[in-house]
Amino acid sequence: MALIHLSSPHVSKANSTANVMRLVLLATLPGILAMTVFFGWGTLIQIVLASVLALAFEAAVLKLRKRPVGFFLSDGSALVTAVLLAVAIPPFSAWWVTATGIFFAIVISKQLYGGLGNNPFNPAMVAYALLLVSFPVEMTRWTAPITQNGEGWHVAGFLDTLQVIFGSVEQQWYDSFTGATPLDVLKHRAGLTTEELWRQSDVLMNGVAAWYAISAAWFMGGIFLLSRKIFTWHAPLSMLVALFLMASMFYGFDPDNYVSPIVHLGVGATMLGAFFIVTDPVSSATSNRGKIIYGALIGVMIYIIRTWGNYPDAVAFSVLLMNLCAPFIDQYTQPRTYGHKKANRGTKGKNQ
Amino acid sequence: MSQVFSFHGGIHPPENKKQSTRAPIGKAPLPKQLVLPMQQHIGGPADPLVKVGDSVLKGQLIAEPIGRISAAVHAPTSGKVVDIAHYPIPHASGLSGECVVIETDGEDRWIEHEGIADYKAIERAQLTEHIRASGISGMGGAGFPTDVKLHLGDNHIVNTLIINAAECEPYITADDMLMRERPHEIIGGIEIIAHLLRPSHILIGIEDNKTNAIHALEAAVKHCDLNIDIIVVPTKYPSGGERQLIKLLTDIEVPAGKIPADIGIVCQNVGTTSAVYRAVHKGEPLISRIVTVTGDAVRHPKNLEVLLGTPFSSLLEACDLRPEALSRLVMGGPMMGVTVDNDRIPVIKTTNCLIAATKQEMPPAPPAQACIRCGMCEQACPADLLPQQLYWFSKGREFDKAKHHNLFDCIECGACAYVCPSNIPLVQYYRFAKSEIRTEEREQQKADHARERFEARQARLDREAAEKEAKRKARAAEAAKAQEARKAAAAKPKEEAAATATAAPDIKQLKTAAAVARTKLKKAQKAFDEAAAGNSEGLAELEQALNEARLKAEEAEKALSAGSPAPAEGGDAELKQLKVAAAVARTKLKKAQDALKNAEDKGLEGIDKLRATVEALEQKADEAQKAFDAAQPADAAAKQESAPKETPAKAEPAAEPALDAKALKQQVSIMRTKLKKAETALEAAESDEERSSLQADVDDLKKRFDEATEAFNKVEKAKMDAAAQAGIDLKQLRIDAAMAKAAITKGERALKKAEADDERAQIEQELVAAQAKSDELHKTLSQYD
Repeated sequence: MALIHLSSPHVSKANSTANVMRLVLLATLPGILAMTVFFGWGTLIQIVLASVLALAFEAAVLKLRKRPVGFFLSDGSALVTAVLLAVAIPPFSAWWVTATGIFFAIVISKQLYGGLGNNPFNPAMVAYALLLVSFPVEMTRWTAPITQNGEGWHVAGFLDTLQVIFGSVEQQWYDSFTGATPLDVLKHRAGLTTEELWRQSDVLMNGVAAWYAISAAWFMGGIFLLSRKIFTWHAPLSMLVALFLMASMFYGFDPDNYVSPIVHLGVGATMLGAFFIVTDPVSSATSNRGKIIYGALIGVMIYIIRTWGNYPDAVAFSVLLMNLCAPFIDQYTQPRTYGHKKANRGTKGKNQ
Repeated sequence: MSQVFSFHGGIHPPENKKQSTRAPIGKAPLPKQLVLPMQQHIGGPADPLVKVGDSVLKGQLIAEPIGRISAAVHAPTSGKVVDIAHYPIPHASGLSGECVVIETDGEDRWIEHEGIADYKAIERAQLTEHIRASGISGMGGAGFPTDVKLHLGDNHIVNTLIINAAECEPYITADDMLMRERPHEIIGGIEIIAHLLRPSHILIGIEDNKTNAIHALEAAVKHCDLNIDIIVVPTKYPSGGERQLIKLLTDIEVPAGKIPADIGIVCQNVGTTSAVYRAVHKGEPLISRIVTVTGDAVRHPKNLEVLLGTPFSSLLEACDLRPEALSRLVMGGPMMGVTVDNDRIPVIKTTNCLIAATKQEMPPAPPAQACIRCGMCEQACPADLLPQQLYWFSKGREFDKAKHHNLFDCIECGACAYVCPSNIPLVQYYRFAKSEIRTEEREQQKADHARERFEARQARLDREAAEKEAKRKARAAEAAKAQEARKAAAAKPKEEAAATATAAPDIKQLKTAAAVARTKLKKAQKAFDEAAAGNSEGLAELEQALNEARLKAEEAEKALSAGSPAPAEGGDAELKQLKVAAAVARTKLKKAQDALKNAEDKGLEGIDKLRATVEALEQKADEAQKAFDAAQPADAAAKQESAPKETPAKAEPAAEPALDAKALKQQVSIMRTKLKKAETALEAAESDEERSSLQADVDDLKKRFDEATEAFNKVEKAKMDAAAQAGIDLKQLRIDAAMAKAAITKGERALKKAEADDERAQIEQELVAAQAKSDELHKTLSQYD
């Protein structure tokens, strides 16, 4: 009788990396839906474009690396990267902006490091940072939300949007559909107090509701993933709490010059970052304690860059900076193993 | 009621326990053959007591434990021993082990056996011994000999006894069924164990998925005097792990690298308690156990009471196996069980479950994907490890880091691999890393051993060299003494001659005695070595004989060495030497005289010196002659007549213009200087006239220089010849002289250090002897230099 000779365990949970990625993609749906409602077709077109490019680039590099293309493509990680980058860039970005970003995300910051699981930085955020630095004009010309465009809930049509992305349109068209984001306005305040800004700015008065709605949608997706135990609460919660505490502290101290913590949590990429970027397991800290530190530092960095830095939003930079720190954090945040008095720290040889 | 705590991690795999609990415990059919491995437990294998062909009765001891951590093996039924050889055993390695094969006779005849009527009345050590003799080892999985855990010694005070009834692995229901059907046996066993350990708490930990078993136990506990708490814990794998169960029930963690007994806790499996009950009350050794036979490939999964040694095939048959559906046969549970590759492998004391799995049930693992560090493994790990980090370190062979991340606290429960979405065989990676680290440590140990051995050897060699050196020095001192004696003999030849005659022992005889002693020693050594290699008895006697032989040999050797030098360096030799010396001196003198004459004729420089040399030589020759005359004994007159004639005759051919070597050497160097000066002048000369006159001078000088060199060489050669003739190796002489000097210096130093008067006197004596020897040597040397 010839039987298989294997060592234990002999059973495993019916789960797969592809399944994890599918769940993440599923969780992005409310956010995508909200963005499409408030910004028009641009987001969806960007997602499709980015996904196709991501799969193509991934397949090409896998082929060059002589890896089984189908096996690795099916893990779905390229799609997640594509969607996250697509929702992070302005919906009216030109196709070549997206293409450059995807190329950088998939080829440079993921595959060249050895593919899934080996990239030290979050690929979508690397690409986003590259685009922001390389094409500042394109990257800051955000679509004005539907709530801001006056009567009739006026939104750019599908064909118009296609033309914006793949061709070119007159400046006038642009001007009527784009505008500064709330964080932009709050950044370039021209000597006005926060209260004055709120009264003056159309974006803040009418547009900010759209941003809150989108953040709520991302938050829902995040809670879904949390409930499915795709990630733990540690990193996102600590990031949000840190950001909230920082903002509260300064806002409570000087409400005229600083922005309310609610705004910090509700606009920009805060919620997207907290639940879809910070939770990227590959590039974040490992242990639960490490994730708390990692998330909290990102929250603090976001506040610092938003308030005193040159860029209106800061999720990408903060995440990248903390990606750098993650291995270091890992060294000092090993959990205390069963039966040990205290946790091991640092590298081998110390505190043994 | 006690509180239930929790441990980190854990998983909830499908239980698959219902299938095998529908039917009551059945009885497995008696197979034709029982194969009993000698190692069914942790520790040393048992040693067979039976021979092929022996008839055995049920319950008869067939193998006894070797060492403290080992367990006895009994015949599970009556029959005949047909083979004792290596057979495949249930082990992860798939290797075979020594087994006793019993052909059953179907009669199932018991050996006479009897329980202990009142176990509380006998000594506890005796009771433990009875349990040991019954061959009971842990029946939960590891198979640790139970008596060791029941007899812990004074340094372990047990305050908590934990009965492990968790049975957390999927599929397995052996303990569950045992508790349902025989709760009184379990409680009875607990009473015995509690009597031995005297714990203050007794806790039974049981998972909440075994409702019937909990009820049965609760009912049984009511009739028990002991205060037993049945603690129902939530179903979660691996709550049945010893350390996890302890944490669940007491919130205490067993410190890393320690055993529960170190913190006053002892864990016993319910199956073990039942076996203890049977052994004590009925006198039945451990010869059977309950095995869950389950899996989708058997039609009627159930629990069976099985005799140890029953092949798996017989159990599978009893449960109606579908052979075509069977793809994986697992002994134990699906999480930590061991696959076996054939069904002839026997049931042993730790076999709690047999899963005949179909391919759908336990599909081959899909190819592993990349680790995305999702951390699901970390959330599942019951030991609070970072499995994802351990995986990276194991894969990258960064074993130091893996160790630093407490790799060795991994209990290999498989929870991490179970939850891994990338299907990475994590446990296999950890096993690999562990074995690599162990191998590395073994190598390191080996290297350390080798280094220690080398250092020890080096020290021994140094010591031996030092001993040799000391011996050599002692010999030198002795020789010096002998020399002294010789000198004295030379001074008083008559006495000496008489002494030689009487003192000289028969050297030949001594030599023979020494050789015989040596041979004997060698033989004794050989016999001893053989005995040592064979590990036979009487080693001590042989050793004594060897030592005696060695002593004898040494004595013989000593006697020989004491006897031989005296006659060899007797007065005769001394006389000869003196004679030669006198002859040499005469020869030298003659040569010097010739040289002087020659020099005077030629009017060379350095005549004065030569003259002085000749005078000195004359004196020396006289001295030598005098010494010789003095030493010449009367009875050696005949020899004396012929010797002087012979010596000069031999020396004469070498007697060329002889000069004192030193003077000649000086002369040669003077000549060389002069010649050089003249040559320089010649080169510097300007006019032809001057040059030609200088040239003549140079030629002349050159000639003279050549002559001087030749003379010197000749003298030198003559010196060597003379020395050779005298039978003295000049080189050796010089070395001896230097050594003698060194010995004196050392002696002086020792004298300074020496404190006791006795010692000082001895050293002084030695020093005087050494001084004498040194003087002697220098004197001899000066004759030739």
